[in-house]
Amino acid sequence: MSGARVLTVTGATKRFGAVLALDHVSLHVDAGEVLAVLGDNGAGKSTLIKCISGVHKLDSGTIEVDGVHAQIHNPAVARHAGIETVYQDLALFDNLDSTANFFAGREEAVPSWLPLGMRWMRRTDMAKHSAEIVGRLKINLPQKVASVGMMSGGQRQAIAVARSAAFASRVVILDEPTAALGLRESRQVLDLILRLREEGVAVIVISHAMDHVMEIADRAIVMRRGRVVGEEEPTPENRNRLVSLIVGGDD
Amino acid sequence: MQHTDSPDKRVAVPGTKGSVKAPANASAPPETVHPTVDNDRPSATKLRLVGTVLALLRMGPLLILVILVVLLANLSPVFFTTLNLGNVLVQSAAIAILAIGQLLVILTRGIDLSVGSTLALSSVVGALVFAETGSAFPTIVAMLAAGAMIGALNGFGYVYGRLPHPFIVTLATLSIARGLALGLSGGQPISGMPDLVRTIGAGSATWIAPWIPNAAFLVAGVAILAILLLNRVVWGRWIYAVGGSPEGARRLGIPRSKVLVSVYILSGTLAGVAAIVTSGRLNAGSPTFGQLSELDAIAAVVIGGASFLGGRGKVSHALIGALMIGVIRNGMNLLNIEAFLQLIVIGVVIFIAVETDVIRGQLESRFRVLKAAAE
Ligand SMILES: Nc1ncnc2c1ncn2[C@@H]1O[C@H](COP(=O)(O)OP(=O)(O)O)[C@@H](O)[C@H]1O
Ligand SMILES: [Mg+2]
Repeated sequence: MSGARVLTVTGATKRFGAVLALDHVSLHVDAGEVLAVLGDNGAGKSTLIKCISGVHKLDSGTIEVDGVHAQIHNPAVARHAGIETVYQDLALFDNLDSTANFFAGREEAVPSWLPLGMRWMRRTDMAKHSAEIVGRLKINLPQKVASVGMMSGGQRQAIAVARSAAFASRVVILDEPTAALGLRESRQVLDLILRLREEGVAVIVISHAMDHVMEIADRAIVMRRGRVVGEEEPTPENRNRLVSLIVGGDD
Repeated sequence: MQHTDSPDKRVAVPGTKGSVKAPANASAPPETVHPTVDNDRPSATKLRLVGTVLALLRMGPLLILVILVVLLANLSPVFFTTLNLGNVLVQSAAIAILAIGQLLVILTRGIDLSVGSTLALSSVVGALVFAETGSAFPTIVAMLAAGAMIGALNGFGYVYGRLPHPFIVTLATLSIARGLALGLSGGQPISGMPDLVRTIGAGSATWIAPWIPNAAFLVAGVAILAILLLNRVVWGRWIYAVGGSPEGARRLGIPRSKVLVSVYILSGTLAGVAAIVTSGRLNAGSPTFGQLSELDAIAAVVIGGASFLGGRGKVSHALIGALMIGVIRNGMNLLNIEAFLQLIVIGVVIFIAVETDVIRGQLESRFRVLKAAAE
């Protein structure tokens, strides 16, 4: 069911001082495919996705987007390449409303010949479009709450996910998107991920929730101490194998 | 408050009533409401009471300003004359302009301690250039440029010098700019300013209302530009974003460093604008201008309810803060209150204003709780 290869990471290596956070990690995702990245705390999952989304720079290794070598040296480049990320800490602006959060860094503004920062915002357009996005993704947000800081954990997560979903043309990366959520809120996020897959977006999701991984992922890779230690189809038969890969039972 | 008219009843509605009864949702912020059972449903009167107090507190600084004005108008027969109100506006103008610059900086979690010294340096540079050229245009350009230069020093020093906090770099330029002003002027005021500068600083709007000083129009113009920047221009949105979450801004590709540098340059340039007002009013440049006015500017912003944690604050509120400081000074002069008492009163007002804001914040979350529980 998956399509063309969208993202290929080869030999990704990243060191923080003495810590080798990533050690020759390679992975790939196709259009319309959900790849789960599993692993214990400190395995290097967040570091991996931060390197793909331009927050960190790789020490060595390459990233290809649509088969073309990509120099992702800052987050703006990643977003420009159609890679959107929902970080573990969400990267929301508590002082701004949901529309401003949606469009942060890519405001709708005129005239287009000016650099973005110098342009005049089209505030009604942005409000309209964010309402459309919210409607299309079937998330529910309080309409009249001034700032995102006053929303519940689930609503905040939904905004962060929807922001990425709305703008991603190629890849959406989600770092533990359901970790802080209750049952119903998790359900919403999972549905959103499935909808992205239907739209042909490549999805990378980091999660500790095995049930969620089983449900939504097409493939799962397991990381331990900065390395990819295995790949399995997330089927019920493979569940125990995946768990033992995560905890490193065969060491 | 929550107008989610869920058209799709099938979908769970996180956070709205109905779905949020899970105490398991440990991540919810403390102010989030968990309407559980109906027996703690608060009375509508209580809700209305909190709502009324809130509405009053939301007007906070404006309310205090109005009370002050009414009080002073009763205590002093002179206060509410057009002549005196004009004086208040003139005396508040420089502080108001500095406060707008300070607001931009404080919105990004920063602080600019150098603006008073920058004002002095800019006035001295202006007086020297005027003495040399005898012409208004180069004088004004030099004054703005001197301000922008100190601002650039602050911005680049803070961002690219990777200093832990802008307090330090602007403390350094506070000293440097004052030192330069003293050195360039030989420690003496230099009299003589171009007619245009004097018209801005000392003239009044003879064509509409002769008691309104031209400086007040300059303040209004600067304020309108700042309001447009902050609310309509993308860069202004980014200023709020960087203040709200510096790391979030970076991750979303907002040019955080440039935004930070820009607010210090704007603050410095506005110190140059304030210097035009002060120099014009006194027809001189002086190394002693603007002493402690950085503190007035910060006080004005804080009285106006801006948050030192960044991301929250308004131009209009900063103007009210500046006006309040001007009114207090003026009123107490009229009432012959001694200088030491004036200082104490201004300190107390700062405290009250900030405390009011804290209480407002707490009441707001209380109000949300009551409201949600009442629904
Ligand atoms: N910014 C950083 N500076 C230093 N060390 C880091 C940084 N980010 C992550 N690490 C280290 O890299 C390793 C991998 O962390 P991380 O990628 O967050 O793991 P995971 O997301 O799988 O729990 C850990 O040992 C962590 O302490
Ligand atoms: Mg992590």
